[in-house]
Amino acid sequence: MAEHNLFLLLACLPFATSLILLTLPPRARGASTWLSALSLAGGLVVLAGFLPGIQAGNVLRASLEWVPSLGMNMALRLDGFSWLFTTLVLSIGVLVVIYARYYMAESDSLPRFYALLMAFTGAMQGILISGNVLVMVVFWELTSFMSFLLIGFWHQGAAARDGARTALIVTAFGGLCLLVAMLMLGHAAGSYDLGMILRAGDRVRAHPLYGPMLVLFLLGAFTKSAQFPFHFWLPGAMAAPTPVSAFLHSATMVKAGVFLLVRFSPVLGGTEAWFFIVTGAGCITLVLGAAVALYRHDLKGLLAYSTISHLGLITALAGIGGPVAILAAIFHICNHAVFKASLFMAAGIIDHETGTRDMRRLSGLFRPMPFTALLAIVAASAMAGVPLLNGFLSKEMFLAEAVDWHNGTWLDDALPYFAIVGSSLSVAYSLRFIATVFFGPPATGLPKAPHEPPAWMRRPVELLVLICLLVGIFPALTLGPFINTAARSVAGADMPYYHIAVWHGVNAPLILSLIALGVGTLIYAFSAKSIPHGPEGPFLLHRIRGQRVYDWILFRLTWRLPRLALRWLSTEALQPQLRLLVLAAIAVACGSLWGVLFFASDLRLHAPNPAFALLWLVGAACAVGAAWQAKYHRFAALVLLGGAGVVTCLTFAWFSSPDLALTQLLVEVATTVLLLLGLRWLPKRRSEIAEDKLLPAKIRRGRDLVIAVAGGLGLASIAFALMTRPLIDNVGDWFLGNAYYEGGGTNVVNVILVDFRAFDTFGEIAVLAIVALTVYALLRRFRPAPESIAAPAQQTVDGSPSLDDYLYVPSVIMVWMFPVLIMVAGYFFFRGHDLPGGGFAAGVTLAIAFLIQYIGTNVRWVESRITVLPIRWMGIGLLAAAATGMGAWLFGYPFLTAHARYVHIPLIGEVPAATAMLFDIGVFATVMGAVVLMLVAIAHQSLRASRRREIDEAPRKEAA
Amino acid sequence: MEIILSAAIGILSASGIWLVLRPRSFQVVIGLCLLSYAVNLFIFSTGRLTPGAPPIMPKGGFIDPTLYADPVPQALVLTAIVISFATTALFLVVMIASRGMTGTDHVDGKERSQQ
Repeated sequence: MAEHNLFLLLACLPFATSLILLTLPPRARGASTWLSALSLAGGLVVLAGFLPGIQAGNVLRASLEWVPSLGMNMALRLDGFSWLFTTLVLSIGVLVVIYARYYMAESDSLPRFYALLMAFTGAMQGILISGNVLVMVVFWELTSFMSFLLIGFWHQGAAARDGARTALIVTAFGGLCLLVAMLMLGHAAGSYDLGMILRAGDRVRAHPLYGPMLVLFLLGAFTKSAQFPFHFWLPGAMAAPTPVSAFLHSATMVKAGVFLLVRFSPVLGGTEAWFFIVTGAGCITLVLGAAVALYRHDLKGLLAYSTISHLGLITALAGIGGPVAILAAIFHICNHAVFKASLFMAAGIIDHETGTRDMRRLSGLFRPMPFTALLAIVAASAMAGVPLLNGFLSKEMFLAEAVDWHNGTWLDDALPYFAIVGSSLSVAYSLRFIATVFFGPPATGLPKAPHEPPAWMRRPVELLVLICLLVGIFPALTLGPFINTAARSVAGADMPYYHIAVWHGVNAPLILSLIALGVGTLIYAFSAKSIPHGPEGPFLLHRIRGQRVYDWILFRLTWRLPRLALRWLSTEALQPQLRLLVLAAIAVACGSLWGVLFFASDLRLHAPNPAFALLWLVGAACAVGAAWQAKYHRFAALVLLGGAGVVTCLTFAWFSSPDLALTQLLVEVATTVLLLLGLRWLPKRRSEIAEDKLLPAKIRRGRDLVIAVAGGLGLASIAFALMTRPLIDNVGDWFLGNAYYEGGGTNVVNVILVDFRAFDTFGEIAVLAIVALTVYALLRRFRPAPESIAAPAQQTVDGSPSLDDYLYVPSVIMVWMFPVLIMVAGYFFFRGHDLPGGGFAAGVTLAIAFLIQYIGTNVRWVESRITVLPIRWMGIGLLAAAATGMGAWLFGYPFLTAHARYVHIPLIGEVPAATAMLFDIGVFATVMGAVVLMLVAIAHQSLRASRRREIDEAPRKEAA
Repeated sequence: MEIILSAAIGILSASGIWLVLRPRSFQVVIGLCLLSYAVNLFIFSTGRLTPGAPPIMPKGGFIDPTLYADPVPQALVLTAIVISFATTALFLVVMIASRGMTGTDHVDGKERSQQ
């Protein structure tokens, strides 16, 4: 159990550290360094504790439930390979943290940097230790995302932003492919558990989906590991701060791809397709990367391409896939991480202390910075594969595999040649690095005078170089056992112990190594003069740039294609969109109801009532009239709309829905007033639109008429079919039966609104408040049409009757109505739980009470007498509703659980006193506030316009 | 009664749809209002027509649900009425603001001849 918890702690530690780091102030440089380094060191201690079990061949597991319904658990799994890899990541992480403390400038926020770095480490570690392939993909994408943030850490620079974006697009694209591949893999293997999948190799390889699965899987791995043809993002990522490069491009990010290849080689590997694609891509990358590296002038560019080349080597080994090749791959993963991290750090030191990374300007640095030079030379020799250094051993194992291993294909025959060319070029670029930077005449004209860095900036490099030497000289005593455990956990427990030795006698690999050293030296000797003046790439190849192809594709995909699609598939015009929407609705209704929609044979209809028919004759006339008049006679259309509304309201009343009728009537009043206020700002249409008489307009109208009639007929027939069927038992019966006992009210509609389905109502009043605020905000910057700025005709004609002349008596009555309406609103509210009424109706009533004051007098008169604060009403209403809901928590019930009882109040009698009543107060206040806010905001526009007119006219009057 | 109400729903919705497809913004506002009447009546009608039996319960005692109108569509429509008022207000404000900014009441902010 302790082990289980420690394992979970290991997984969470970097993320937790990252969160803590985010809270530190930017100047907390020391604290953030210590925190990050100690956190990683803590992870290493935990790992060290696991070592005995791991070496015994155990697999450590831990899991947390995540989405149990999907069979997705947060499963963790640690075996020899992931133990070794995690240890490598965390160790290099500690060194990078120390190094970054001295590398990053005072102006950079170190806590932010470390927070990103820790989150990245957590994600990388997550890939390594996840025991569920889907969880692994999640971490995989997280590393892409965190590396985007890290590469773009200096986001002020365009190069950093571009590099980060390219890296993100390429690796996240790969991640998506990987996700699909993992879904297929899980499907083929019958489980998403990593352990199960690793044992299901035969089943997976025989599965019909093996082909697409393999391609998608390799796309994921190759993009991450910068394999040809996806290698181009890596050089762009060199815009990152050097500690990031040292971490991401030695031990982590790019190694995630080869980790995946090695991890899954027993499952997906062993087939011809695997060998050809993986080893083929690896070989091309190996040679191409090394060839380009030789020609790069930027120090980090050289290292970037060298990384690509070495990753190609590891990929080629993973493609071969036998136990020894796997062991060699793992060995080279470790060795490369160690020497490449130290080289990146050394390059960073050189950049930091001289101000440039351009190898054409750097020269003779051995004299001013001898220690750094020595370290870099040893590390570069390891990279070149010089004997007695770690790089030599794993490269020799690769050469041995290339020569000794056979499967009889042409690629197998070509392997030794690829190996020798790649190795020779790697010797050449390492030589170029050493020779140009540290030897030759002292450099002149550098931005800074070169000198040794602070001691602690060099310590990480010293340690790494020491490891290069120790592993190179005593491989069996140092890394040997760990590598064997790791390889055994991948290739199977029956794998014989492989003894890594420095000296195997004079054999083919050794001879090839020596040839590579010799040829590499010759290549450099012959090209040393021409490289600094030439293009940054080998003959002809520098013209073909992956980056340019990528840019071309990206431009087509993200710029041209969307615009083309937009032009062909979309329109800014509203009418075609709405037409499509209506047609789609009709089509869906037809499609789903065709053949199903029948009218019951024994129609049990209510006998038609002539009064009702007459009512709807008027209603239909109003509706059609409104449709007919809305273009040229807006006012008439508005009146007719009101007529249709009133008929609707009467229909609600007719069919036993007093609540709806009441609310509809009140809202009808508010809507009509609102539209009337709006009409003030919509200039009259004085002349007929000429275009309307033309044929195309007539055709459009005819077509829309057909659509409208079809829609109307459809809705009518659905409604008829529905109404003529008997009602089946539904949830309404339960509401009816329990409204009084459970909700404490006899008006079931109100009980549903404020008790049974109160959460819906809460959402609805929130929407109402949001809309009201939006209306208010839109009107604050409202600029009316120029034609409607002038005062309306009724106010400008001399001698025209003023408001007082024709509304004198009504306005007095309207003012007197105020208290009456307040009382009515109160009445609606309090009886709402038992009889028709409630918060909605009361809210709109009170809003109308205010509205009538504005209509009967004028804005100034009203606002000098009453202070209406609609926004506060809304706020208080929402808070009251929410507080009522949360009150239920105090008693241990879910949100918005209501309590109901009746209270006896002297003189008044039994009064329902449910907590739902408090909620209804919230509804009431919100509705009232929202309606008043919208109406008053529009009404105020007149006041603003008249003020503006006064301001405009004041100077004119003075002039006169 | 059912025939009358379904015909009413049909006419309201047809008028609404026709107006919604028109080019002038005021037509669209009126169309949305008519359409909301139609849809509210449609939802209401799914509870079937029950004249003279509002869902107001007695205080206690046995309750036979078949004697009362279905309360669920009523509760749904009640909030819909208030919300449709709010959306009408929003559309109206957008409409007059657009009229002020573009100088035309065409829904696209420019006349067809200018496209």
